[in-house]
Amino acid sequence: MSTSSPNLASAVEALIGASRVLSDRAQRAIYAVDDMVPSVVAKPSSAEEAAEIVRFAAREKLALIPYGARTKLRVGMPPSRYDIALDMTALNQIPHYDPGDLTLSVDAGTSVAKVNAHLLEHNQFLPLLVPWYSLSTVGGAIASGIDSPLRQSYGTARDFLIGAEFIDGTGKLCKSGGRVVKNVTGYDLHKLLIGSLGTLAVITRLNFRTFPAPVSSRGFVASFASAENALALRRSIVESPLNPLTLDILSPSLAQIFAEKTPATPEVAVFRGENGAGPPDSNPSALPPIGDWFRAHEWQLCAAFAGAPEVLERYARDLTRFARESHATSTAILDDSTRPSLWGRLRETFPMLLEASSAATIFKIGVLPSQLASLLASVQKIAGQVELPHMLVVRAVGTIYFALLPASANDETTARLAQAASQIIQSTSAVGGDTTLLFAPPALKPSLCAPDGSVSPRLNTLDTGSSDLLLMRAACAPDVSAGPRLKSAFDPHNIFVPGRLI
Amino acid sequence: MVRLTLRPMYSGLIREFEDLLGPSSVLYRPEDLLLYEYDGSIEKGRPNVVVFPTTTEHVSRIVKLSAEHHFPIVGRGAGTGLSGGALARTGGVMLVFARMNRIFELDVENQRATVQPGVVNYELTRAAEAHGLYFAPDPSSWKSCTIGGNVAENAGGPHTLAYGVTTNHVTALEVVLPDGEVLRVGSTHGDAPGYDLTGLFVGSEGTLALVTEITVKLSRKPEAVKTLLAIFESVDDAADTVVDITARAITPAACEMLDGWTLRAVEDYIHAGFPTDSAAVLLIEVEGLAETVAAQAAAITEVCHAHRAREVRLARDNAERNLLWKGRKNAFGALGRLAPSNYVLDGVIPRSKLPQALRRIRQIGDQYGFQIGNIFHAGDGNLHPIVLFDPRDKKQFERALQAAAEIIRHCVEIGGALTGEHGVGMEKSELMPLLFSDADFALMRRVHDAFNPDSSLNPGKIFPLSKGCGEIRVRHSSSSRLRVD
Repeated sequence: MSTSSPNLASAVEALIGASRVLSDRAQRAIYAVDDMVPSVVAKPSSAEEAAEIVRFAAREKLALIPYGARTKLRVGMPPSRYDIALDMTALNQIPHYDPGDLTLSVDAGTSVAKVNAHLLEHNQFLPLLVPWYSLSTVGGAIASGIDSPLRQSYGTARDFLIGAEFIDGTGKLCKSGGRVVKNVTGYDLHKLLIGSLGTLAVITRLNFRTFPAPVSSRGFVASFASAENALALRRSIVESPLNPLTLDILSPSLAQIFAEKTPATPEVAVFRGENGAGPPDSNPSALPPIGDWFRAHEWQLCAAFAGAPEVLERYARDLTRFARESHATSTAILDDSTRPSLWGRLRETFPMLLEASSAATIFKIGVLPSQLASLLASVQKIAGQVELPHMLVVRAVGTIYFALLPASANDETTARLAQAASQIIQSTSAVGGDTTLLFAPPALKPSLCAPDGSVSPRLNTLDTGSSDLLLMRAACAPDVSAGPRLKSAFDPHNIFVPGRLI
Repeated sequence: MVRLTLRPMYSGLIREFEDLLGPSSVLYRPEDLLLYEYDGSIEKGRPNVVVFPTTTEHVSRIVKLSAEHHFPIVGRGAGTGLSGGALARTGGVMLVFARMNRIFELDVENQRATVQPGVVNYELTRAAEAHGLYFAPDPSSWKSCTIGGNVAENAGGPHTLAYGVTTNHVTALEVVLPDGEVLRVGSTHGDAPGYDLTGLFVGSEGTLALVTEITVKLSRKPEAVKTLLAIFESVDDAADTVVDITARAITPAACEMLDGWTLRAVEDYIHAGFPTDSAAVLLIEVEGLAETVAAQAAAITEVCHAHRAREVRLARDNAERNLLWKGRKNAFGALGRLAPSNYVLDGVIPRSKLPQALRRIRQIGDQYGFQIGNIFHAGDGNLHPIVLFDPRDKKQFERALQAAAEIIRHCVEIGGALTGEHGVGMEKSELMPLLFSDADFALMRRVHDAFNPDSSLNPGKIFPLSKGCGEIRVRHSSSSRLRVD
């Protein structure tokens, strides 16, 4: 159903009231996914209203896509059907927060920045520092499964999501987990929602454990002539007693972008005392430019650390010494006035890359740390062979974000991107890793849908206006038989974003 | 449909098992089965056959053979579980993983280990120790429980306060589904795309699949450790201290409470150095950088004194530290000397509600005529009240169960959950409706059926038998001990 059906719109209006339904073409176009425009947009004011719409969709066999802030608009393969956009942003309360227990329950449509501004009143925070931070909703952050530099110390969402409420494909309000930090009562269904791209359920509420906000933190940057030296420092740090908050390595080309550009996404401070932007509850501003301490033509290792003065001193001393032993060409310790300009860019790497090229193609590569050096060499060589500019960031737990940035999107560059993609997939799986294609121009999607003509890898796209974010399981997925089983357990009528992930 | 009575071809099945595994790996004589009728809980359930596979291929074959003979299957590690999870509630085949105990790989650089499910928790840490690494989940039974059992139950332990429970340390699994299919989920590196099936299988109590291989993260041993023993004249003061430590966002590696009654029993037996004249102690450990540890220990000491701690002792050396932990980890054994049987409960509450929960437990004990002890993971709100009773006294046993159900109900009333680390198993299946609605059960049942459609795997666990949602497939089961009313 690509055009508005007046009957459908009035049926949804009958369920939740006309004021909560958008049927005008221009309004619906905002919710387009891969050029598919929904027939109607519903903006329920409660979980019960949302469930009402899901029941209606299940009855009528209509396809439905849940939305947060639309920053990660088109996660997944192009949907095979799309009738109703379910905008969850009116569900934006924080019904439970027990600072003494460090537990939080928040509606899915609440912005992450708003949640953190609230938590900071109690010197706590949620380490869900996803890209498009100032705009993203908590539900979208979980459904997209995107990580953040903080995973180095806090893990990914699966390590701090303790429960969820959601609507299953029959329109029933369900829950799993709870509001306690340790709990083995029933199946951990909420973990399945992380990265599920809306295909299993409509998330209505999420429960988290919260964390003490770092009172005093510093940044550390070391520059290197080669990736090998930067990786050597990574290894020294990981094998030392130090446990930095973040640990990322940037290629010189990415460092160049950081030095020259400012992300378009408005910036809000995450923590108090960050001078890079206003206080957490203030109006968004732009991220300040990076300082001249940043040697943009070299490889960079960036770490953040926090603690009491003697702890900060220890980190600064040890990190500087390790860097020297790894042949760093320079090192710098950053304080609260300089640190945010770099960390804001690290967090907003995806938006910045997408702004840099309309055909930006970004891969997420999961690999064991011992394979980082050889894989970095492989993917850079592949980029050279297809003659495309590339940039990369290595998250030190063993995740590489690798971007190819053609100057323009056309058939010729699409062909080269497709060639590079299949080689990257091969190189990665040869060392036991997993490739996920995060962002790619729309034209690339079909060419990657079935590379060998038989196996259809799971593609996910995350669209941000002009560019697409694609998540793709590259090779034949090992859990490929289990995925559809789970999907039909949650969504027996296949109404949640059919075709997106499965 | 699971058949629960023995069929004539039962002896045929035994022969097929013996052909597959050898006669020494198949038990079926009643006297041999007796041991497998129990686990660490107060539940019972006797299997018809016990088999000891050594390979994934064995497991897959056993599953297929059992299905052909319509026998249900239950997996079991060391049988130390505390909720009846590894008991054959409806009889059938018990698959014991004790001989699948190989450590396949210890990857020091990447801090990963790949193990068979029968590897004992402590043995993995012992193997990793030489490289400065260890496996973080450390249940009290760590010297005998298996990693497969830890995965099935999503086991915790004292140090999971800072480091997370089992699920936070598992990156990949190989599992065998009830139809014999071998499935690999997750990835060694821990960043597998797609649905988080590893997260679903960990803690599913053997009701979805049998785990045959596990890849875990190994943690780096901290540079410095300090162990504090804070001694209090009242349980309330100790509980308030825990609330305050949490509220000040100090995260120790472990924060355990022993009340006066239990620590006297423990001290009598283990001589760990616990003060027998106190009302409660907190055993608190801080780990990390030397600088961090010093500051945390000082902050914790200050909080303890603010809540009228009589004394805060610092373990002088490793020997003293190990002795304190020995006292904590063997506490349940020590209590076994006081009564014919003890019932260790497992409830979890918001940490801010700790003092009121402990007061309510005391009231419930008074009401039912039991002295209820408390040794538990105070730092994460995971209560372990212990009820001592004589199982031969039927009335007393009934009262013990009633008191237990009331305690768990209180945990739920104040925002907690039924179980923090022991699992639902047989013990708490009938209490599940306290937390979950018919819609929740219907979805959980569909997820269950997606992998285990005939309930041939560990039937009669987690889901309430008395609740009319989904098909009740278990016919002749003993009903759960704990009930809603």
